Amino acid sequence: MSEGAAPLEIPSAAPAAARAGWRPLVRGIGPRTGLAIVVALCAVAALAPLLGAGDPTAISLAEELVPPGPDHPLGTAENGVDVLAQLVYGARISLLVGLLATLVSAVVGTLAGTIGAYRGGAVDEVLVRVIDVLLAFPGILLAIFITSVLGPSLWNVIFALCATGWTGYARLARAQVLALRDRDFVHAARAMGASTPRIVLRHLVPNLLGPVVVQATFGIPGAMLAEASLSFLGLGVPPGTPSWGALIDQGTQYLMIAPHVALFPGLAIALSVLGFNLLGDGLRDRLDPRRR
Amino acid sequence: MSRLLRKTGSALLSGIGAVLLVSVFLDLVPGDPIDAILGEQAQEADREALRRALHLDEPLATRLWIFARDAATLELRSSVPPFQDRVFDRIGEALPNTALLAGCALLVALAFALPLGLLAGSRPGGKLDAAASGFAVAGVAIPRIWLGPLLILVFAIHLDWLPVSGLEEPAGLVLPSFTLGIALAAFLARMIRASLLEATSQDYVRTARAKGLRERTVILKHALRNALLPVLTVLGLQLGSLLGGAVITEKVFNYPGMGTLLLQAIDRRDYDMARACVLTFTLAYVLVSLLTDLAYAAADPRVREGR
Repeated sequence: MSEGAAPLEIPSAAPAAARAGWRPLVRGIGPRTGLAIVVALCAVAALAPLLGAGDPTAISLAEELVPPGPDHPLGTAENGVDVLAQLVYGARISLLVGLLATLVSAVVGTLAGTIGAYRGGAVDEVLVRVIDVLLAFPGILLAIFITSVLGPSLWNVIFALCATGWTGYARLARAQVLALRDRDFVHAARAMGASTPRIVLRHLVPNLLGPVVVQATFGIPGAMLAEASLSFLGLGVPPGTPSWGALIDQGTQYLMIAPHVALFPGLAIALSVLGFNLLGDGLRDRLDPRRR
Repeated sequence: MSRLLRKTGSALLSGIGAVLLVSVFLDLVPGDPIDAILGEQAQEADREALRRALHLDEPLATRLWIFARDAATLELRSSVPPFQDRVFDRIGEALPNTALLAGCALLVALAFALPLGLLAGSRPGGKLDAAASGFAVAGVAIPRIWLGPLLILVFAIHLDWLPVSGLEEPAGLVLPSFTLGIALAAFLARMIRASLLEATSQDYVRTARAKGLRERTVILKHALRNALLPVLTVLGLQLGSLLGGAVITEKVFNYPGMGTLLLQAIDRRDYDMARACVLTFTLAYVLVSLLTDLAYAAADPRVREGR
């Protein structure tokens, strides 16, 4: 149905997100702290070259594994690489993986779940089977496999995380759409002659956005943790790329003589995950209809 | 009973599906195990012979059939040297170690989560509630790959109270179990608190209070039992992530379990060993889900009687 041929627009039920408005979305000290951490993290990642942290891969063999001091605020790692510069540029990798893996998982999963539940029948049956198989073993295990098969690279890590990541969103969307598809506004839209893509995109998906956004807010730190774990195992980003997980792996070899190498990247991960989780808690209280 | 059979059937199907999926993925590995075994300068005749001996010249379907047959008869052997290494012997050594680690981690998790969740949930808004929430938020955020080295640094190196890890003495399990269990503890404490709050808002709790029962009796005898039901479900789901976390924790502590075996197999391109490890992980997970289901039925008479 083309836009011009629609004399009567059926209003889709306004999603809670739109009604609540952005301003009161993040309230309370926890969620605000979370938002501040997330904004700071994004700023560091975006402005990395402007922060004067230096080259994360510059080698200086004379200064190997020196403790924090005036020249290197957070000390140096193997080959005299500056830990602070590694952290700043590692934030880019971590955030990029977190955001992209979550975005792709959320879009694919939401669409798959919505279509499965709305169409029903064989489509839904296959979807549920595939989800069951993917949930039959721990997600990190599949990610370990995929990256070991495809080789260490940024895109392979993102792909590996999406391979299981979408199932959570598909299950969420499926459950919601099963409840929504027999509501009057969906029947009305179909009676008006709206096509399936239009019903899915205009009427069903907007109603799912609240819970999906909430789940995605928790998905980002999950993906960041997974990237760190994969890089720690040597299966994440290629060697030489600044990554928090890889730096921790390196640091565990020098725990006795240079504990700072493992200490600071771990703090960076914990703080980032904390920020997203606090923000997610706040958003959940405001956006998830099941919580109100 | 038929419900249980049906669940077992579908769980087994999922397990087989998972192994198929992994096999297809492994088949796509760019590196050839022949190169890894013989080196790149090997004679073409030797390579062919080895390829035939390992059935690598057969199509994937045939190799899967051979794998299934050998696995079913427990005759499966390592697909890289030493070839006589029986896969199920290695798994038989590693699996109890991982089960021990996961079990101890679960104990750690419950030992923290039950009292914290109970205290926080029975006095919402209090100081203890705030402290427990803080623990819950921080516990989930701390990565295992960092908590492990941190615990080693403090308790094994600086304080010298505990060994890093090891199976010779029970103390060797303390640090790995904490590393694996703390995130689950934080998650469960939150769940128990929320679930208890939900339960205490029910009418039967108001009735119990109106009868003049002591608050402790109301919480422990009336609310807790109902509050633990949803927690049990979540716990079953979370045990899967505990198995995944075990892979990471074993690597941190160099602990001789399934995760170490799996990572080694991947490293050496030992297809059969890796496949068997995944099969074992999957079956373990499926088994745990079934047990959770049974525990649920035992705890909730409504489920038991099929209502």
